[in-house]
Amino acid sequence: MKITVDQDKCCGAGTCVLLAPDVFDQRDEDGIVVLLDAEPPAELHSLVQEAASVCPAAAISVSS
Amino acid sequence: MTLIVGASAAGLATAEALRRKGYTGRLTILGAEPHLPYDRPPLSKQVLSGTWEPGKAQLRSPEALGALDAEFVLGDPAVHLDVAERAVHTASGRVLKAENVVLAAGLHPRTLPGQRTLRTLDEALALRSDLLKRKRTIVVGDGVLGAEIAATARQMGVAVTLTGPQQAPMALQLGPVVAELLAELHTSQGVDLRLGAAVTGVDDHGVLLETGEVLPADLVVVAFGSVPATEWLQDSGLVLGNGVVCDSRCRAADGIWAVGDVARWHHETLGRLVRLENRTNATEQAVAVAGNILGADQPYTPVPYFWTDQFDAKIHVHGFVGPETSVVEGSLAERRFVVRYHRGGEVVGVLGWNMPKQARQHRQQITPRCPATAAASTPGAA
Repeated sequence: MKITVDQDKCCGAGTCVLLAPDVFDQRDEDGIVVLLDAEPPAELHSLVQEAASVCPAAAISVSS
Repeated sequence: MTLIVGASAAGLATAEALRRKGYTGRLTILGAEPHLPYDRPPLSKQVLSGTWEPGKAQLRSPEALGALDAEFVLGDPAVHLDVAERAVHTASGRVLKAENVVLAAGLHPRTLPGQRTLRTLDEALALRSDLLKRKRTIVVGDGVLGAEIAATARQMGVAVTLTGPQQAPMALQLGPVVAELLAELHTSQGVDLRLGAAVTGVDDHGVLLETGEVLPADLVVVAFGSVPATEWLQDSGLVLGNGVVCDSRCRAADGIWAVGDVARWHHETLGRLVRLENRTNATEQAVAVAGNILGADQPYTPVPYFWTDQFDAKIHVHGFVGPETSVVEGSLAERRFVVRYHRGGEVVGVLGWNMPKQARQHRQQITPRCPATAAASTPGAA
């Protein structure tokens, strides 16, 4: 799994951080997404897929 | 087969959640608009301003939609639901039958005859075209959508008046203290705020207020709320009432489910029926509905959340606006803060102004049971 984030689309909701805090964080100054781990281990794949799907700004893409 | 009626955020997220949870049956997504799923929050901001090409509002790449293995039937509105047969009839004469039907048809904006609204991509582009002519514009509606349109139009250099019955923009969603800061922001950026008087109509001269005043306008944009898209369900036998009424599992009838703006379901921790018009609910409720279709039998009990971007302000609201407020981070004067809303001893909501991360971190303090006004359930919220 390879994750990419679009910081221009990100709205700073933090939904991804609530779901997968080991993979996503937010910048302190403006809340924009920070990718901590672009290729997370298999046990996190399901949560990352959910984070990408429920992101309210469609800012997370996942490829296999 | 599962049939999803609605090809926007809620419908797409339901399909994705079904596949993620292992559903291997046929999936059909029926959309009234001709477009593949696109996102609505950018319509009143980046798409209206032209900062984004319209294509950037597409929710998924063609590859991601292909991987979903779903059939999209677009540009064909649903016109009738046969609950017993779980069959949906469309405007073009199709009849689509399924084991499960998910109602995700969203909203129709309330409007005034002949005036612009902003709900769809096509409407956003039409409004943009008008705004580029720099007409004297009046936005009718002081909620989230109206305030966003006014801010975007002003940033395009348009002379804008914002009207509505409240004392400050978004007063219902933000509470009086923060709404007053938003009013100051709009005024400082040149938006003419004409609030505190309801609009009674529009004629050739402009917008008519209940005070008898007439505000001259070349262009009027109406953003005073929406109604759930349930007109095609009137003869279905489903219980309708400000949306499709559902149980705590978001089920309207055997094999019939509702999700997103159109769903009014029993929120177990609040102990009442709730309908949320916000972007995050569309996808979170989709996850819950997909799970329940596959037998999870779980209630859906979210903490509401919405955000709005206006000028340099990014406002994030979790939970509910309460009668008492306290600043817990930053300062109002610096326009960078987190405010907590209280009712009695309970924290019922959190609002961040240019502090999205910090607001989210305070979210866990919100008490689950908070029978207050649902800030994030108000029309137009992203």
